[in-house]
Amino acid sequence: MTDVTLTKKDFTSDQEVRWCPGCGDYSVLSTMQAFLPELGIPRENIVFISGIGCSSRFPYYLNTFGMHSIHGRAPAIASGLAITRPDLTVFVITGDGDALSIGGNHLIHALRRNVELKILLFNNRIYGLTKGQYSPASEQGKITKSTPYGSLDTPFNPISLAIGAEATFVARTIDSDRKHLSETLRQASAHKGSAFIEIYQNCPIFNDGAFDQVKDNETKEGSLLQLIHGQAIKSSTYGVVRDGARLKLVELANVDESELVIHDASDPDPSYAFALSRLSGSALEHTPIGIFRSVVRPGYSAMVNDQLSEIIASQGAGDLEKLLNSGDTWVVD
Amino acid sequence: MSKPTIAVKSVIIRFAGDSGDGMQLTGDRFTMDTASLGNDISTLPNFPAEIRAPQGTLPGVSSFQLHFADHQVRTAGDAPDVLVVMNPAALKANIKDIPRGATIIVDKDEFTTRNLTKVGYASNPLEDGSLSSYKIHAVALTSMTVSALSELALSRKDAERAKNMFALGLLSWMYHRPTDATEAFLKAKFSKMPEILEANLVAYRTGWNYGETSEDFAISYEVAPAHMSPGKYRNISGNIALAYGLIAAAQATGLKLFLGSYPITPASDILHELSKHKKFGVITFQAEDEIAAVGSALGASYGGALGVTTTSGPGIALKSEMIGLGVMLELPLIIIDVQRGGPSTGLPTKTEQADLLQVMFGRNGESPAAVIAASTPSDCFTMALEAVRIATTYRVPVFLLSDGYIANGSQPWKIPDVGTLPDLHVKFAHTQEGFLPYLREPETLARPWAIPGTKGIEHRIGGIEKQDKTGEINYEPANHDFMVRTRAAKIAGIEVPNLEVDDLYGDAKVLFLGWGSTYGPIASAVEELRNNGEKIAQAHLKYINPFPKNLGEVLEKYETVITPEMNLGQLAMLLRSKYLKDIVSYNMVRGLPFTTAELVEAAMGVLHDD
Ligand SMILES: Cc1ncc(C[n+]2csc(CCOP(=O)(O)OP(=O)(O)O)c2C)c(N)n1
Ligand code: SF4
Ligand SMILES: [Mg+2]
Repeated sequence: MTDVTLTKKDFTSDQEVRWCPGCGDYSVLSTMQAFLPELGIPRENIVFISGIGCSSRFPYYLNTFGMHSIHGRAPAIASGLAITRPDLTVFVITGDGDALSIGGNHLIHALRRNVELKILLFNNRIYGLTKGQYSPASEQGKITKSTPYGSLDTPFNPISLAIGAEATFVARTIDSDRKHLSETLRQASAHKGSAFIEIYQNCPIFNDGAFDQVKDNETKEGSLLQLIHGQAIKSSTYGVVRDGARLKLVELANVDESELVIHDASDPDPSYAFALSRLSGSALEHTPIGIFRSVVRPGYSAMVNDQLSEIIASQGAGDLEKLLNSGDTWVVD
Repeated sequence: MSKPTIAVKSVIIRFAGDSGDGMQLTGDRFTMDTASLGNDISTLPNFPAEIRAPQGTLPGVSSFQLHFADHQVRTAGDAPDVLVVMNPAALKANIKDIPRGATIIVDKDEFTTRNLTKVGYASNPLEDGSLSSYKIHAVALTSMTVSALSELALSRKDAERAKNMFALGLLSWMYHRPTDATEAFLKAKFSKMPEILEANLVAYRTGWNYGETSEDFAISYEVAPAHMSPGKYRNISGNIALAYGLIAAAQATGLKLFLGSYPITPASDILHELSKHKKFGVITFQAEDEIAAVGSALGASYGGALGVTTTSGPGIALKSEMIGLGVMLELPLIIIDVQRGGPSTGLPTKTEQADLLQVMFGRNGESPAAVIAASTPSDCFTMALEAVRIATTYRVPVFLLSDGYIANGSQPWKIPDVGTLPDLHVKFAHTQEGFLPYLREPETLARPWAIPGTKGIEHRIGGIEKQDKTGEINYEPANHDFMVRTRAAKIAGIEVPNLEVDDLYGDAKVLFLGWGSTYGPIASAVEELRNNGEKIAQAHLKYINPFPKNLGEVLEKYETVITPEMNLGQLAMLLRSKYLKDIVSYNMVRGLPFTTAELVEAAMGVLHDD
């Protein structure tokens, strides 16, 4: 803990921010800068590690330690750092191409291991930095520079992917909703293992309005299914009920409130969170927002370091002289 | 009544059998028992790429060769004096390497019609006279082992499995090897399986007694200890020496050792070995792929640990982009490449030196890194410390090259005194006003190692070109040119020892110049040439980027420089381009080390080409 209270300004670096005007990344940055003082962690103990993409410029703008690495590999680098330096708070900043395409392997393995990383995936459903090709999160049929006749690929649902990868904390939030974003960051920071946050992020240049359905005042209330632990899951028009082992949407008009599923993010069975993640299609008309899953499992770095301590406690610290002289030895006079 | 004993100066034995026959273990044990007698030794394991190729087939043959002598030995030897074969496939696969007159011990029980036809023998070579120029001992190895174990409650299969110990016992008798160490080894290995332990011990002793009593074996041999400098010794393979060297280096630097690795032959044993030594605070991380392996190592270095990654050629190809980031971030990073036959999957279990240009140049942009190479199994220990010295002093990625030959081959190693290891303690940047992440030390051009957790020096770094001193993003032409040259100058300025030349009387006109694992074969060839009255000098490069400062001078001094490499002339290419000296490049890419004889012949061609 620091003795002086830090402010948003303390976390703002002197670098000029270079995103396009109106880019959703600005509001995420500003929310992050405003949120960090709340953690009470000294600046020097916070590290942001990013891959490559527009969003991955993020670390330059924060006055903490930061590394802008290479495309897709931030979770791998961050894992090495977190494992050897459990005293640090490590954030990973990544895009939908960075995390789901070139870096998909590192993402799923960091989540499965539960490395103590806060992973923020800026999902604009497009490759921004390379000027507008479709991404693994783009909806099928997307017309882009590289798919003038429409993309054929089935997209990933990042939340489903993270849950499938054994993630212990999985959430979704929106760039422009500062309050929700801050609250999600707060919960993620309190989580002990990997925390995965998908942030819907608008790219006004190459994929403008991708998330209008959940941002516009006319449609958002009816589209966003609020996930609040201990409360019924519903939007202004629809609610979620159980259908055998599955979940299903029903119009609120046709259902008694008492039948709605009460959200339990701590449900150990991942199929519940997975079912929630499947409620939304690419068109976003029913989009769960909030924390899908938050369960307790030992963090990887904690386990690695505990194992070392136990071995040292039971066997004693290594003695180099003994090691070099181990096995069959003989003496020449 | 004991049998006559003959003293010999050196012996080369090759054990060969099916990969399930335990030939590596047999060879290892014979090596250990031989080393403890004070002979000098060199070993060469040779195993198939498939874990279990079909039994009794040529691709399934595994072998282990060792050369021991009453004098210094440099290689595992060209031509075995004794071949031990456990089946017809092993005979067929190895006979071409065996000089006439050599001794061949075979398990005749395995020479059945079925096994013979499997490998294409039309008739039994033990009976058709085709081996008449060898000394053949056809021993009923399997059946004698099984009958010796008949008292034990074992399946026939388990009993048969002990036949390698019979063979070991027999050879131990032939060469007067002590038996206590192997017995102790077996007791430790099978402590939880009393029947298997008993079977192995009985088979081992039965083999020994068979030598003692059978009329087939009339003579035993003795090899006197070699003259070695006084001290305590152990046998060591290159991979184990690398692991020990890294642990020693972590202590010498005071850093936490972090290994990020992905399994690959022939480098995996370094991962296995380091994983055993957690009590030294070593963290081993088996990553999801090679990119993550080196990435995690770089992340660990960024945080102030000693970040190491170990792999072979295909893994280096995957790691290239991350190593480029290491070059940009100017952080210490150790990359160990235990080379194997390539390209692609190539010859996974065989040796080669064809990654040299890959590690020199296999990255985008002007991306210089330090490159050093170990020359013998025990040299791996020293070079691991050197890699760490260079990486931490200059804050650069360092490639340490080894290869399958020295990784698995072993030799006696005089155990160093821990007190004599170098002090490599590092200094991290401390809290200060006006900290600049790319402000360099004038002597080394190293930038500060500024680790997270240090108050007041928070800064951002990345793979984008950065401004001199401040490290901020910078795309200006002149700055980029300056930074490219500065990174190159930093590598070029690394202090490395001068190249030592062994030129007995200073009058040689021809220099043998090698690098890496060719040291043993070259030294052995040089010895033989000199014994024949030839004048030849030898030098061996352990530092390749940068080269030693006196290398140009050395090259100039000799009329002819021969460079043997297990590639198509990669070092020769570097030497020619840098020093404009023509090099006689002598190349073999068979997945096997050079033989002494072929290097002698190559040198003779150059020495007498008039
Ligand atoms: C190895 C490598 N391949 C390709 C690229 C080019 N590249 C840079 S960013 C990017 C995609 C970025 O998309 P995303 O991760 O969604 O980030 P965004 O720009 O949308 O924030 C690509 C293909 C690269 N930098 N490195
Ligand atoms: S291209 Fe899109 S994502 Fe990238 S900075 Fe511009 S608006 Fe933002
Ligand atoms: Mg994107």
